[in-house]
This record gives sequence, structure tokens and C-alpha cells, in this order.
Amino acid sequence: MSLLAVVRPDAWDLPLFIHVFGAMVMVGSLVLAASYLFAATRGGSLEAINAGFRSLLYAALPAFIVMRAGAEWIADKENLKNSNVTWIGIGYGVSDVGALLIIVATIASGLALRRARRSEGSGGRGAMVAASLVAVLITLYVVAIWAMATKPT
Amino acid sequence: VYHTLLFLHLLSAFIAFVTIVMFGAYVLGAPMGKVGFRIADISWNVSGAGLLIFGIWLALYVKSYEIWDGWILGALALFVAASAFGAWAHKGVRESLDGSGEMSISRIAAWQWLRTLSIVGILVLMIWKPGA
Repeated sequence: MSLLAVVRPDAWDLPLFIHVFGAMVMVGSLVLAASYLFAATRGGSLEAINAGFRSLLYAALPAFIVMRAGAEWIADKENLKNSNVTWIGIGYGVSDVGALLIIVATIASGLALRRARRSEGSGGRGAMVAASLVAVLITLYVVAIWAMATKPT
Repeated sequence: VYHTLLFLHLLSAFIAFVTIVMFGAYVLGAPMGKVGFRIADISWNVSGAGLLIFGIWLALYVKSYEIWDGWILGALALFVAASAFGAWAHKGVRESLDGSGEMSISRIAAWQWLRTLSIVGILVLMIWKPGA
């Protein structure tokens, strides 16, 4: 079992690298965004909301695209695109919901930034919504990492 | 056992990227407060312990791996290099936050990018496993 698990055709290596690298940068970017956005909800500066918004827009979102592109490529190589296997279902499920949540969190933090610029204060509810969504995203991606590593059937 | 070890090893690698991204953002001009620095610092220490413990455990557990395989020794060498580069980057950022900064931002960036390259190099070795 452990031997079978580590044998992989060479042609799968590059798509797997792109998938894993994208996922790692994405999770790192989400934690970075969360650190800024939670600081903003505690009466943090305009700078914190701006940094949280930019972390989502310029790091987490592009990294998500790289992760998903790699996922599609490796799934195609492994003939798993139409698979009913549980771990593939968890992966695609988290990825689909994750895409939606990243977009909503980015919009919420962008609106919080605009409001904070107008009132020269904290982003208030928008920053809290974005921070909460990012926290949910991080939790979902830990579940996805578990599913990808343990491959439950 | 194999899948649990792999999950914990992989999770440690993801946590290492928290530090890579946070320090990377800092050297690219993003702000870093004391809380952010602390998150990055704790992540680096936790991931380092996890990568080493679960990585070596995996190498001992999987029959087709040996601890002296070239790709594993290469990863360990890169891990040591990443730790050294990370220590310099950490020192520079800490001094900068304390206001006692002697290291320039370009020097901190150099250490940070070297650490990033080392960690990405480990990822490459873990996936391609040359010689395995």
C-alpha cells in the first residue's frame, strides 16, 4: 500500500507541482489577508484594510487560478475528471465553494476599503465579513489538504 | 499510518508557505505589524518541526525510501539552508520592527528570496524524487 502510493508516472509531476505550489501560495495568502483583515476589525488602520484587500486580489485569487489549473491538468492526466471518488469530490467541492468565497471576500474587503477611505475610519462590517469568510476558507482548505493526502474512499 | 504521516508532513509544508508569503509580502512593500511577524515566526517554527519529524518518519516508514536517498539528503541540505536564510531574514525584520534596524530592506529581501528558493527546491525534490 505504502509502496503503491509513492509510485507515480513522470508525466504527472509538473501538473502536480503546479497544483500544490498554487495551493500553498493561496493558503499562505489567505492567512496573510486574515492577519490584516482581523487587525482592521479591531479598529485597525486604513492601511490594514488596504493590505487585506490587496492580499486577496493580487495573491490569493491568482494563486487560486494556478491551483485550479494544476488540478484540472493532473485530474485529466489521471483520468479522474468524471470520477466519483470521495476525495476528488471533496477537492472539487472545496475548490468551487472556495472560488465563490474568495471573490465575495475580495469584494467585501474592497467595499470596506472604499467606505473606510470616505469616512477615514475602520472598514467595520465589511472588514469583519471579509475576515470571517477568509477564516472559513482556511478551514475548508485544511479539510481539502486532508482529503488530498489521505484520499478517503 | 502512511496517509496520516503524509497529511501532517503536507500540512507542515503549507504552514511553511504562510511564512514565505508573509515575509515575501513584507519585502515587496506590504506592512507587517508585530502580530503578523509573530504569526509568521510561529508558523516557521511549527512547520520546521513538522517537516523534519514527519518527513523523517515517512522516509523510515515507506519501504521504497531510504533516509540516505539523494533526493532526501538534498531536501535536508536545502532545509538547513532555508533555516539559515530564514534566520537572517527574521533578524532583519525583527530589528526593523524594533526600530534598531541595521539591515537594509534589500538585504532582508535577498535572504527572504534565498529562503523561498530553498523551500521551492524542496518541493521540487519531493515531487520529482530524482533517483527514486
